[in-house]
Amino acid sequence: MSGRIGFNLLQVLVVMAFAPLVSGVTSRLKEMVQSKRGPSVFQPYRDLWKLFHKDEIVSHDSSWIFRFTPYIVFIAPVFVALLIPVLTSYPLFFAFMGDMLGAGFVLALAGFFAALAAVDTANPYGPMGASRTRMVGFLAEPVFMIVFFTVSFVAGSTIPYIVQQKWVTPAANFFAPSHVLLLLAFILLILAEGGRIPVDNPTGHFELAMIDESKSLEYSGQGFALIKWGGQMKFFVLLCVFLNVLLIPWGLAQRQDLAAVLLAVPLVLLKVFCFVLVLVVIESSLAKLRLFRIVEFLGAAFVTSVAAMIAQVFAA
Amino acid sequence: MSATTRQLVENLNALATGLFLLTAFGIVGTRQARGCLQLFIAQSLLLAASAGLLGLQFHSQHLYGVMLVNLITKPVIVPWLLRRTAPVEIYTRREIDQVLNIPTALSIALALAIGAYFLGVPLTQALPPEYHGPNVPIGIAGLFLGALTLTVRREALPLLLGLLAMENGAFLAGISIARDLTMLVELAIATDGLIIVFIVGVLVRAVEQHVGTTAVGALASLKEAAPHAEREVTP
Repeated sequence: MSGRIGFNLLQVLVVMAFAPLVSGVTSRLKEMVQSKRGPSVFQPYRDLWKLFHKDEIVSHDSSWIFRFTPYIVFIAPVFVALLIPVLTSYPLFFAFMGDMLGAGFVLALAGFFAALAAVDTANPYGPMGASRTRMVGFLAEPVFMIVFFTVSFVAGSTIPYIVQQKWVTPAANFFAPSHVLLLLAFILLILAEGGRIPVDNPTGHFELAMIDESKSLEYSGQGFALIKWGGQMKFFVLLCVFLNVLLIPWGLAQRQDLAAVLLAVPLVLLKVFCFVLVLVVIESSLAKLRLFRIVEFLGAAFVTSVAAMIAQVFAA
Repeated sequence: MSATTRQLVENLNALATGLFLLTAFGIVGTRQARGCLQLFIAQSLLLAASAGLLGLQFHSQHLYGVMLVNLITKPVIVPWLLRRTAPVEIYTRREIDQVLNIPTALSIALALAIGAYFLGVPLTQALPPEYHGPNVPIGIAGLFLGALTLTVRREALPLLLGLLAMENGAFLAGISIARDLTMLVELAIATDGLIIVFIVGVLVRAVEQHVGTTAVGALASLKEAAPHAEREVTP
């Protein structure tokens, strides 16, 4: 019992510790593709350290929402990390609390508060970014839903630990059309939700073109650090859902001992690194879409997910 | 063939047809003429893959023949012919015109695909179990989506690709039902397709030289050509 709680906390620690690294590695690799040297892969840690030691400035006219939002944005991915398989292929102590839909709702709650906080400060760029994020969000929502419906058609459940075994027993299931189409749709979703090219430019500094970044423009010091770290953890958690639940449960700990769980850490990081390579190729070869083209991008994701669903529903 | 290999081949065929459906959606929804052509090439490759996998599954020589014909004509000769006859259309234009905007077209396409399943699945259920498979419903969906492309596009080249996509869809459904079609039929269809591409390519070029555009959707109403008349009057 206590071991399972321990593994669960270890899982959360892994998410907290390695999420900034993923962001650092991604930006370093992108710079390398552009023939630049780029900052160190540990730069996100240094940024967080610096921000935690700075003063925070809060506007007089903002309400409690502005002050609470960084904590919610930070806690939501940590909470989700308790529910999903990050390191183990068997459910851990807190996994009973929610399935994948529940995890999606928790992440959506954080997004909701971030949007409210952006409106709260009356900075003109904040509400603009918030409304754009909501636009991307409500277009991504149906895709999420259909992906989870398809998953529940296939596995008869939305509990991630049951779902991940379905794709590999028997191994030919991996090539089922519903599975591959689902993966494609989810990759498009990760790009949209993570604020990545072609939907949003994560390295852009031009306020008028920002989507995801502009929500945190008014934050400074600790609040900003928490929001940044929370965003990196959200991306890491989405990657874990994609790589461990939807793609293939390879590399996860099968046995309930510390050695197996610790061994799973580098294996999972290796998987994440492979995904980051794919992400860098996508980000380096595409241009950012104009705002109203995002509808078409997420429309493509929606069509893909519905194709996955009908392939599954009518397959029998 | 062992049971696991058999299931793997079946699943790979289903995957090829699933991706085929996706490329059909892509041909309806892409903005670039070149992207349209690339998606069509991908679709033809997937069709060939499906034919090959079905041939493997049912030990049919004819399906290997279909695969070969498809591999040679559509991904290689069709782009080559288009490059020779209408290069401007494919390689220099960026965005192409649509009657409907893309999200609307895609929603209609989705409804058509679901309709194709409702049509195709009962059809295959009436056949013996070895004919059950995703080929027939997805083939019908490919047919419908090609027809949709013909309706929503305004330009000559995407119209041609819509026509060829319809043919691909019909083929995909056909290879799973008629596995031992005579080779002659396949060859005849393939050459027909090439002749269509050639004629439309030449036509596109002629239209482009005369009118200056290939947005044939805008040429629906005939008018007296005022600019030409003026030019003749002013010596």
